[in-house]
Amino acid sequence: MNMVNLTIDGIKVNVPSSYTILEAARHAGIKIPTLCFLKGVNEVGACRICLVEVVGGRSLVASCVNPVAEGMEVMTNSPRVRATRRSTLELILSDHNKDCLACIRNGNCELQNLCELYAIRENRFQGVRSPSIIDSKSASIIRDSSKCILCGRCVAACQKQEIGVLSFLNRGFNTSVGPAFDISMADAPCIYCGQCIIACPVGALHEREEIELVWAAIHDPEKHVVVQVAPAVRAAIGEEFGLPIGTRSTGKMFAALRRLGFDKVYDTNFGADLTIMEEGTELLNRIKNGGKLPMITSCSPGWIRFAEFYYPDFLDNLSTCKSPHQMEGAIIKTYYAQRKGIDPKNIYVVSVMPCTSKKTEAAREEMINEKTGLRDVDAVLTTRELARMIKQAGIDFVKLPDEGPDMDMMGEYTGAAVIFGATGGVMEAALRTVADILEEDDLPEFEYTTVRGVDQGIKEAEIVVAGLKIRVAVAHSTAAARKLLDAIRAGTVPEYHFIEIMGCSGGCVCGGGQPQVSASDLMDIDLRTLRAQALYEEDSLMTKRKSHKNADVEALYKNFLGEPNGHLSHELLHTHYRAREIYPDSVLDE
Amino acid sequence: MAIIVKTLTQDEKKQKLAEVLSQHGAEGRQGLIQVLQEAQNIYGYLPLEVQREIAFGLGVSVAEVYGVVSFYSFFSTKPKGEYMISVCLGTACYVKGAQAILEKVETELGIKSGECTDDMKFSINPCRCIGACGLAPVMMINDDVYGRLTADKIPAILAKYKEA
Repeated sequence: MNMVNLTIDGIKVNVPSSYTILEAARHAGIKIPTLCFLKGVNEVGACRICLVEVVGGRSLVASCVNPVAEGMEVMTNSPRVRATRRSTLELILSDHNKDCLACIRNGNCELQNLCELYAIRENRFQGVRSPSIIDSKSASIIRDSSKCILCGRCVAACQKQEIGVLSFLNRGFNTSVGPAFDISMADAPCIYCGQCIIACPVGALHEREEIELVWAAIHDPEKHVVVQVAPAVRAAIGEEFGLPIGTRSTGKMFAALRRLGFDKVYDTNFGADLTIMEEGTELLNRIKNGGKLPMITSCSPGWIRFAEFYYPDFLDNLSTCKSPHQMEGAIIKTYYAQRKGIDPKNIYVVSVMPCTSKKTEAAREEMINEKTGLRDVDAVLTTRELARMIKQAGIDFVKLPDEGPDMDMMGEYTGAAVIFGATGGVMEAALRTVADILEEDDLPEFEYTTVRGVDQGIKEAEIVVAGLKIRVAVAHSTAAARKLLDAIRAGTVPEYHFIEIMGCSGGCVCGGGQPQVSASDLMDIDLRTLRAQALYEEDSLMTKRKSHKNADVEALYKNFLGEPNGHLSHELLHTHYRAREIYPDSVLDE
Repeated sequence: MAIIVKTLTQDEKKQKLAEVLSQHGAEGRQGLIQVLQEAQNIYGYLPLEVQREIAFGLGVSVAEVYGVVSFYSFFSTKPKGEYMISVCLGTACYVKGAQAILEKVETELGIKSGECTDDMKFSINPCRCIGACGLAPVMMINDDVYGRLTADKIPAILAKYKEA
């Protein structure tokens, strides 16, 4: 590696020549403030907050994009740098909706933090302001143009997903960020993955909050409120309470849910184990009976929307299984309701998810019970929303004891379910069960580590069980999914039997509903790996690590469903998809 | 390139656009500006359906196409008249009184710049320098250039096209 020597604020540093000044400064223990910079996503030098002075240079340079050079002498905190950064901040503020008290990012806003850092105490520049346009048509994502600072992080995140529904529009002072033709995100072919929300440094993009609906249900004496929580939530919720990234907060999370006043506390992992029973059976049936292959997983609603919009020719490849929380909701309002003698009309199911697309999924008409007209899931909270509720309730999360889900009827879960939250997890869980079924054995080797990890967007493996060769592939992020599906269309990859696709890079642990980590913190870590480790750790601690070992799932089949893929399963646990037109005439005509 | 809006039927325009896209399809994003220019020559403006078609044809996102279209003042998403009047508002023309020329054209036709007359005969599109600064202030009506203009010359010039 080619190394260079330079001086930053009088400190001598020796760094690879590929480093930017920003990276070299971090190496020297100096944090240069940034705003538009988001490592690996948006590296454009647009906002001018990270400006530094290079001795001998004519003008200040953006440290996030300027490479280091031999003998360079950099000043990151000179009077000129400080004055320029302040003015830049003040200019950004001159066209920013400064109603911070009512902002969802109050206390967690990168712009607010910079203003505090640079002691901005007055609004020096008053002038014309851009109009406030609030796009609140979708069930998942809300956009407020008056908060937008045009940093481009959301545009870049959307492009990185290779979806590209967001773009810079118009020019000069009229520049805005939004979908084509200024239509709503609800009318654009947006999959609601929420990566734009994760990327946004301010409150211009956020989830549709359902906290008040959930509080109302909890305090309604008529309602029996059942909460379920997805595996990925436990890997990240601690961050909202100051715990280190990667902390596994399973026990405290369940304790908190119970203290919030939910009548029943369950884990979506039960639904995940159930999904494996249904999906594994479906896969074996497809292989045995010449059904449509490769079969592709259907747990990620962002991926489902992606397929419906962009790859409708693959809809028959999708597993007909509902996602785990939808399955669990459907079972709560039938099996659980019957056993407990509760009218399903009075049951209110809340899912806590790492995902913004789940909000739209839960509202799909396919997720409404045809007989009762009831939704499987009534409200979906993101991990961030759950954290807000816990704070509102005054619960000291960090001091909570470790508890578990309610252990009656639907409380048990296995390690296979826990890893659903990481890329490769659904595949590994399915393989653990499928291999045992085919071998008619309890195989001692069941960790399929080749499908784990985030180093590659697409992972492949070939597993031989009971003389049957099963070829599998795993893709995470819609960009990777696009690459894989294009290769399948072109016939340039082997014929797979089974494919796992998750809409977000790293899988659900980095979903659009997870805690936002500042761009500065993201410079030094791989968030996907750290959060996934929490799940693999939990898996390794479980005594049961295969979905078909789940006794509560077994009882569910014995007492209610009959057999996997049976008649009742199809009615409650399976669904169908439909092709969606991109920018149809009806949208253009509006 | 001459504007060929009036001489083609809708089907012929579609056909032309398809040809342009098949010619530039492989260029992807690189070909975007040129395709937009050619499409605007065919249609006279860039209707939303055409932008969508171009995005699909080049394999870029519709939002990106619209981002480019809305960025450049040269591109229009509103229909253009048979005669497009481009009043130059470049620096040289501007200091020579182009604003008064533009205002005279607007009052004569009863429309604002960026708009089109109801009979689809005229539209006004202010433009930046057309490279005829020695003749400032200038305007173009389709491919005809008029220089050293004064506001009182405008009615007679427009009359020629009204009768045409």
